Amino acid sequence: MQQLIFAIATMAAGVLGCAAYFFGTNWILDKLFPSKGLTGPVASRNLRITNAIRPWLFLGPALFSLTIYLIYPVIASVWLSLHDRAGENFVGLNNFIWMFNDGEFRQSIYNNFLWLLVVPAAATFFGLIIAALTDRIWWGNIAKTLIFMPMAISFVGASVIWKFIYDYRAEGTAQIGLLNAVVVYFGGTPEAWVTLPFWNNFFLMVILIWIQTGFAMVILSAALRGIPEETIEAAVIDGANGLQIFFKIMIPQMWGTIAVVWTTITILVLKVFDIVLAMTNGQWQSQVLANLMFDWMFRGGGDFGRGAAIAVIIMVLVIPIMIWNIRNAAKEMEGH
Amino acid sequence: MIASSRSPLVWVVHISVILLVVLWTLPTAGLLISSLRDKDQLAVSGWWTALSTSSQNLTGRAASPDEQVERDGKFVIAGNLLEGGDSKVSAFGFRPLQPTAFEAGALADIGDGQTLTVKDDGSYEIVSPTRMEGSRGQRIFYTAAIPPRFTFDNYREVMRAAGIGASFINSLTVAIPATIIPILVAAFAAYALAWMKFPGRSILIAVVVGLLVVPLQMSLIPLLKLYNGVGAFLGVPAKTYVGIWLAHMGFGLPLAIYLLRNYMAGLPREIMESARVDGASDFDIFIKIILPLSFPALASFSIFQFLWTWNDLLVAMVFLGTGNNELVLTGRLVNLLGSRGGNWEILTASAFITIIVPLIVFFTLQRYLVRGLLAGSVKGG
Repeated sequence: MQQLIFAIATMAAGVLGCAAYFFGTNWILDKLFPSKGLTGPVASRNLRITNAIRPWLFLGPALFSLTIYLIYPVIASVWLSLHDRAGENFVGLNNFIWMFNDGEFRQSIYNNFLWLLVVPAAATFFGLIIAALTDRIWWGNIAKTLIFMPMAISFVGASVIWKFIYDYRAEGTAQIGLLNAVVVYFGGTPEAWVTLPFWNNFFLMVILIWIQTGFAMVILSAALRGIPEETIEAAVIDGANGLQIFFKIMIPQMWGTIAVVWTTITILVLKVFDIVLAMTNGQWQSQVLANLMFDWMFRGGGDFGRGAAIAVIIMVLVIPIMIWNIRNAAKEMEGH
Repeated sequence: MIASSRSPLVWVVHISVILLVVLWTLPTAGLLISSLRDKDQLAVSGWWTALSTSSQNLTGRAASPDEQVERDGKFVIAGNLLEGGDSKVSAFGFRPLQPTAFEAGALADIGDGQTLTVKDDGSYEIVSPTRMEGSRGQRIFYTAAIPPRFTFDNYREVMRAAGIGASFINSLTVAIPATIIPILVAAFAAYALAWMKFPGRSILIAVVVGLLVVPLQMSLIPLLKLYNGVGAFLGVPAKTYVGIWLAHMGFGLPLAIYLLRNYMAGLPREIMESARVDGASDFDIFIKIILPLSFPALASFSIFQFLWTWNDLLVAMVFLGTGNNELVLTGRLVNLLGSRGGNWEILTASAFITIIVPLIVFFTLQRYLVRGLLAGSVKGG
């Protein structure tokens, strides 16, 4: 309770401090270079000066925290990746050489590659199918809400939900995990799914697909509605059937959106950490880069050099998408 | 739209959507139902059987021979295996290998002239011609049909014993300030990037778009070092709530600035120009016109940021301590997965408490969430 009061007080202080900064600096600026009620060259000079300074007052706090929390760390991580575990002695590319010779790292890269291959594709595929199907029925919005819901659930919460589904009891006793119960019902033998090397990756991926399909569905459903009616009507008149219209008229017009959904989920996959930590913590050959990085950050008191080197690899994988995004944004701004 | 309502295809569509919806909601439903079940039933039967009477093989122990009473020249130990309820015993036995050797009500000879009988209401009676020795009671194996039982006991248990209650408050302490503080900072920056003219504006926008996708992992180690350094320099702990609020702000800002800038850039130019003609400064325009008009975008971002900070595990594990008054819900849940991995009554109830707040936010404010998603990703991001 005390803590909550502390939180509310600090929150108020933070918000008031912020507000005080913006109001205060603007007030000072207006006092130093008054332009209201003045005329002539002084007023226009002051107006020019305030107009030049004010954007930076507005941007100040944001630029400051972006620099501290994102720009500086990116540079520092690269620097640290070239240094030893405490970040003191320069070791050149040793961390990277170690990495590529490390079996666990190679396992992680391999698994991450599987994740990148399956999760964005599956989530986009299901999202597209559901968006197309729900568009045609009267209770489509209810269905969409329910499929969208896992989006709000934390990765850890989702992991508990799915760990319960994958729960394993010895053969012959009643299974309380849904998956094993179904398998037994159809005459199979129950398995401890998350401990099966290679296949356990897919059981973990299901969790992320379950969460992300809603996201893909929402975006693609909006894109579907944005398709001009005329193109569809023209196809109907030409005698195209439903499937032809979907694949030959609608999908080609949605490539841009599909790419956006795909890349967004791709980035998420590269960062996925909570699911692996909660489900297996990298055991049974299910390690991924983000969890390996976290592991090295604290393992044996923490090896910052190796941790940073793994982070740099994740960053390198993201860079192509980053460039593509910036290009798109720039193109759009020219259009404005 | 395409398939007309008369087509039989419509039924295929209906059925497949129902199937998909069931697939997507069943996992969460299983969790909710399980968290409300009696913990003994939860451990032995699937949640889909929650409504049917379950048959369980149980072991009980009769009262110790100290409590025997003499009746009609015989020594009797009596009691009840079932503590109330509507359960029914169907069979019993006294050897572990034959736990169901006798039907309820039958008389079992357990040697030395002693007999044991268990009735279907769970009452048992051991009758012996001589005084019984020993200090431990006879073990009795029995099969009982137990009617479905739903209870909030699991929730009571996790709120108190498992520390979920304390963590709930910790999560609120992290999430609320980490949602509100960035909004103000981002809104001012977004306005500057959308409507003010200054050199380097388009480069800054490009930088913000680039930072949108920087993996968190890049920031962790340098910031951890920085926090340790600052903590040692100022003589304060390195892991504090203020530290995590600022971290969440830094990580949330690119999306916040991007969303708000896109929204503000779409507002009609005429409003601002007429205000400027009236002599309003950029500051007045922002506070009095832009900020109120941007409410939908502000709402979208705050929902994102709240869900993200509430659901976050990584940032909390690195920048916040693990004490009882600092461990957040997601962190507590991971710890429980390790320490109480087999206790599904603890895990399901804890998990449901961690997801209930985001679910409430989701169902009440879904409109803004969808709008934010569309603004955040369809436009180039």
